[in-house]
This record gives sequence, C-alpha cells and structure tokens, in this order.
Amino acid sequence: MSIKHGLLALLERGPMHGYQLRVAFEESTGGTWPLNIGQVYTTLARLERDQLVRQLPRSEEGQRPYEITDAGRADLASWFASPVSRTDRPRDELAIKLALALTTPGVDVRAVVQAQRSATMRTLQEYTRLKARADRPADLAWRLVLDAMLFQAEAEVRWLDHCEASLVRYSPPPLRVPRAAPDTPTEARRS
Amino acid sequence: MSILELHDVHRVHGSGESAVHALRGVSLAVEEGELVAVMGPSGSGKSTLLNLAGGLDRPTQGEVAVDGTVLGGLDRRALAALRRRRVGYVFQDLNLLASLTAAENVALPLELDGARPRQTRRLALAALAEVELDGYGPRFPDELSGGQQQRVAIARALVGQRRLVLADEPTGALDSQTGEAVLRLLRSRVDAGAAGVLVTHEARHAAWADRVVFLRDGSIVDTSGPLDQPEELLAPPGGGR
Repeated sequence: MSIKHGLLALLERGPMHGYQLRVAFEESTGGTWPLNIGQVYTTLARLERDQLVRQLPRSEEGQRPYEITDAGRADLASWFASPVSRTDRPRDELAIKLALALTTPGVDVRAVVQAQRSATMRTLQEYTRLKARADRPADLAWRLVLDAMLFQAEAEVRWLDHCEASLVRYSPPPLRVPRAAPDTPTEARRS
Repeated sequence: MSILELHDVHRVHGSGESAVHALRGVSLAVEEGELVAVMGPSGSGKSTLLNLAGGLDRPTQGEVAVDGTVLGGLDRRALAALRRRRVGYVFQDLNLLASLTAAENVALPLELDGARPRQTRRLALAALAEVELDGYGPRFPDELSGGQQQRVAIARALVGQRRLVLADEPTGALDSQTGEAVLRLLRSRVDAGAAGVLVTHEARHAAWADRVVFLRDGSIVDTSGPLDQPEELLAPPGGGR
C-alpha cells in the first residue's frame, strides 16, 4: 500500500490541505497507520511533480489546499483496478522459523507452534475487542480494516493447527549436513 | 465467585488396555461475566469437558461444581433439576423443537421445572426481547432464519435464573456475519452476569472470549488471556511508511 494512493483517494472526496489529509488518512485506517505531517508533504510534493495533484490558490484561512488532477484520477482508478501482489509483501518469518525448528536438533517444534498460537490468539482477542466497540454504522471502514487483520491472524492460527496435525504423523529423517563445495580440499581428496 | 469450577478432573472411557483418557487432570474456573473458549484438535477432550461441566457426564476422578454445588454429591434427580435451573446449552444444530414456537421452546426448561405457565411465558418473552427477537414468540423454528434460531437457543440457555451457558460450535452452519452476530450476543449476555464456555475450532470465534484454553490429549497445554497493552497491536506494519 502506498501513501501516494491513499492521499489520491482522499483528494477524490474534494480539495484538502496537508493537515486535513493526515487526519482523514488516519481516520480511514482507524489509526492503524499513523502518518507524520512530513510524510504527507513529501508525498504531496512528489504527486505535484508528477502532475497527479495541483495546489490551489491560497484560501481565506491562508491555506493552500491540493486537488486531484485528471491524471491523478486515472492513476487512482488503475490502482483500485489492480490486485495487490503477494510478492510485494515481506517473507513470512514464522514459516521460515518453523521450517528451521523442524530441522534443528533439540527444538521442541510443538512448543514453538503452541507459543505462536497463544500469541496470535491473544492478538485475535484484542482485535475482536476493538471490533466489539466499533459498532456504529460510521465505523464500517475501520471495522473492515480490523477484519483484514482478524482474518490474517485467523489464517495463521489455522495454519498452526495444520502444522500441529502434520507433526503428529511426522518422524524426522536423519539430519543432513550439505556436502561441501566441490573445490574444497575435502571434496578433492574424495575424488 | 466462580459459576463453574473443575478441579483436577479426569475422565477415562473403558478400562484396562483399551482405556481412553479423554481428560487428564483438568482444572478450570469460570467467573461471573466471563466467557472462556476451549480449543483443540479433534479428540483433545473439548466435548468431554463440556459434558462434564453441564453434568451430562460424570468424571472418573476430580470434582465439578456449578454455582457452588458439587455435582458429584447429587443423585440423578437432583442433578437433572440443577441442569434445568442453572445450565443452558447451545449446540450447532438440533437446538429447537420443531413442533414448539420460539416462546414455547424458550419456556420449556422452566415448564419442566414446574413453573406456572403465565410466569414461564412472561420470562420467555423477556428472554426473547433480550436477544432482539421481540414479537417472534409465536413463530415456529422453520419460520426463522438460522441466525434467529441460534438467538432463540441463547435465549433458552439463559432464561430464568440460569447463569451458565455451554456452547458447542454455536455458529457452525451460519455465514460469517450471522455467526458473528450470535457471538456478539453471547458475549453481551455473559457480560450481563452469566458465565460461558464456548467450544470451537474457529480462532475468530474463540477470540470473543476473555480466555482461550488450549486442550491437547486431554490436558490444558496453554491459556491465552488478553494483552496488557492492546495499543501495541495498532503499531503500523513493518516498513511501508
């Protein structure tokens, strides 16, 4: 997700100046993504350079609001129309951790799974608590952001359940140390 | 005060070499206003725990107490009376009797307990109103949606003086929105002064509980309560800023 498209989407509602954009951004993501005003202005400067927004004349309050241009609208429409690629997201540290736990001598994999499940469950409980409080119609956007986090945490718990079920039937093969590269003295002696 | 207490409860089915240890020394207390979720793989002892908590089964060893009454000391008749008066159940399906209206379903445990018809009807309608089913009393189960039927089941589980609700996958066949509404309701009814145990394999449903107990091979392996600082969760995801 880029701040760029977030700001363009907000400007589609109507012209706003930097501080208004910051407040509206945080409101629409339920405070899950705090922005500082510096980030807002840096992004606006880039958007203006790329002619996706333009600054309007000074208002009576002395502010210079920004408005979205046609090019900005087209860019925004294309962003909404494109799926977010999974490859843009960081590698899953948990999956790597479990894979390593399975192949590292002396690690209790079930305990690793349980520790993670308990922590993720706790996260899920807290998201649910926040969601229980957000029951006004006006909270819909915020509820959906929370739902995204809830479903991701739930998916993790399900995957951990799946790992545990697979572990029941698992008997570890003997651990192997990868052979040394062919140009090392050990390999040379062998051939 | 604990409404439900399990103290070092064991349950063994069969004997000798074919004995199956369904529960091995489980201790658990559920307080007034508390909802506890029980999770675990199939065969981990979840349903056994629920059956023992509701007096539908007796432990091989250990004690179960509901509202301060130790169930082991009761004969069958007294146990049945305690179940009617203190314990309510919500299952995945087969919750309601098809030939009775919503109000009659809710009133049933009170009637079985010998309460006067006028009083049971008043209490049943009040219980239906509490689950936002005002005016649905005369409808039959097949005239209600799946979500409404589960709300009737929750009303019946907590009608009169019943303060312990035991729920086994209560959202099983419901879509996610309706399932969530049922859990929201269960949560609010527990907050209003009952105690609840919710057996589920859905983490998102268990998350409505105050505590989540993980069972494995008949033992509690872990318990997760809420975080001390929920704000931590709202930190922005790594990078991306």
